[in-house]
Amino acid sequence: MEFYLIQTMNGLSFGALLFLLSSGLSLIFGVMKIVNISHGSYYMLGAYIGLSVITRTQSFILGVFVAALIIAAIGLGMERIFLRRFPLQDLPQMMLTMGFALIFRDLALLIWGGDPFSLPAPAFLKGSMNLLGIVFPIYRLFVILVAAAVAILLWLFNEKTLVGAKLRAAVDDHEMAGGVGINVPMTSGLMFALGAFLAAFGGVMSGPIFGVYPGADFEFLPLAFVVTIVGGMGSLKGAAVGSVMVGLIDNFGKALVPELSYFTLFAPMAIVLAIKPTGLFGRG
Amino acid sequence: MKDILESKTKLVGLILAFLILVVLPPFITSYWVTLLTQMLIFGILAMSLDILLGYSGMPSFGHAGFFGASAYVVAILSTRYKVGFFLCSVTGIVLAIGISAVFGLLVAHTKGVYFLMITLALGMVLWGLAFRWVSMTGGDNGISGIPRPDIGLPISMTDPITFYYVTLVFFTACLLLMAIFVRSPFGHSLRGIRESESRMRILGYHTWLHRYLSYLAAGAFGSISGIFWAYYNGFVSPQDLELTASFELFLMVILGGPGTLIGPALGAGIIVFLKNFISAYTQRWLLILGGIYILTILYAPRGFVNLIGDLTRGRQKTDKAEEVS
Repeated sequence: MEFYLIQTMNGLSFGALLFLLSSGLSLIFGVMKIVNISHGSYYMLGAYIGLSVITRTQSFILGVFVAALIIAAIGLGMERIFLRRFPLQDLPQMMLTMGFALIFRDLALLIWGGDPFSLPAPAFLKGSMNLLGIVFPIYRLFVILVAAAVAILLWLFNEKTLVGAKLRAAVDDHEMAGGVGINVPMTSGLMFALGAFLAAFGGVMSGPIFGVYPGADFEFLPLAFVVTIVGGMGSLKGAAVGSVMVGLIDNFGKALVPELSYFTLFAPMAIVLAIKPTGLFGRG
Repeated sequence: MKDILESKTKLVGLILAFLILVVLPPFITSYWVTLLTQMLIFGILAMSLDILLGYSGMPSFGHAGFFGASAYVVAILSTRYKVGFFLCSVTGIVLAIGISAVFGLLVAHTKGVYFLMITLALGMVLWGLAFRWVSMTGGDNGISGIPRPDIGLPISMTDPITFYYVTLVFFTACLLLMAIFVRSPFGHSLRGIRESESRMRILGYHTWLHRYLSYLAAGAFGSISGIFWAYYNGFVSPQDLELTASFELFLMVILGGPGTLIGPALGAGIIVFLKNFISAYTQRWLLILGGIYILTILYAPRGFVNLIGDLTRGRQKTDKAEEVS
């Protein structure tokens, strides 16, 4: 029983990190209709930059925001300078992001080397607490709370603000949105930057749990993809539900059948695709 | 008339290239022979991906998975059970077809971005098996010591030149089979589906089945390449089916020219050459690969083979414009 409770909490905290990663992916897909292959790279680079900032300033919060802002700027630059040349052409755009993903991976190796690093958790979140008789690291609980807060903020932003309304209009119909005076290219750039911000944010947040190492980019990217496939493309609710599902399945897979752990993700994906090809909440 | 001329020059070029591939090897060093062999192996793989990407409009990001699956079959059977070339090859191809038959059920009805994401995730599922199923695959260490095959001929496959010629025979056979495949009525209907699926469906084509069979065929041809890679390299590891491997493969097709079989083979040659050449000087292969990616998309999105055509056609157009003025 204790085993299952602990694994469930671990799965939920992993799902929380996956949500930070895949909500950005989903946002970008919603407006630009592309899958950003360099999203995993944002996640990894974010963790690396966070590491450098934290070791110099000893401030975790500073590390989180500096990393997220730098990556957001990189994302905005990619969108402005490169992706915009191929409006609504999904394949060239995705191949550009693929090229960037390769460059980012090699640059990270060049700058931070091949050794794995662990990010220190902020001092006030160190240690563990006793929850229903189970000892649980406080930091993991903190990650779950932060992701939930981000989910609520994103929902409020999307549903209750003017920018969110414009965004939804751009998602539904590019041309009409442009026709009624919404600056669609600007919205796209903004969304791309926001998605990159969230990915890097998630990257730093995952640092104290998983650390950061070469290859983290392409390890988390497919997981974010599975989340989006299960949850449905372009849907925030889908990203949330998918993240929790994938987080739990992946965690229990690793704990119960370590040899087939990656393979355990195949089953939920296959079932969802067979029943609803556009994902649980996808509008396809 | 111009088309006939163009296809004639193409044919002459092809025959010349083939003659070079046949005649040259005995006169070059064994380093170059092994490099050429590697180009041919990845040429088969790139052409098989092109069936999907170029002809059927299905951008698969998990294609290295089939290559890796059959390579692992060869590695496991030949090192642990001392199974010979033919049985290994048949098992490898059958397994790859089996995997693509299962995966195909999930991906054949999806399109564009969805297809791409799902194939990427499925490819990573296979990678995960290779990486984590340690008792079967050796995990991160891979499987080494795959012997060169005995194909039942009175020649030794340990000689690089012999291995090269056997690969060349299979490369040529695959090229011809794939050429027949894409030029067949079936291949034409694939292109029709690529251009407009709804129209093809109205015309009475079973579009799902077409895409499914195309996926199977690509998986089968890809697995042949994996078999040769295992024997060629003597070593398989999860790296063979990593995401970067699928990306590299994708670039071979895009760089060479999707929708032509020769283009991807040429692209494979270029990438394999660059990879080996650059690795001798620097560790920064991925950086360069990413750079080539971006440059290709920006300046030659239809690939080398088509680029030459585009440039000459562009010149003809300006020639004509000058004539008119």
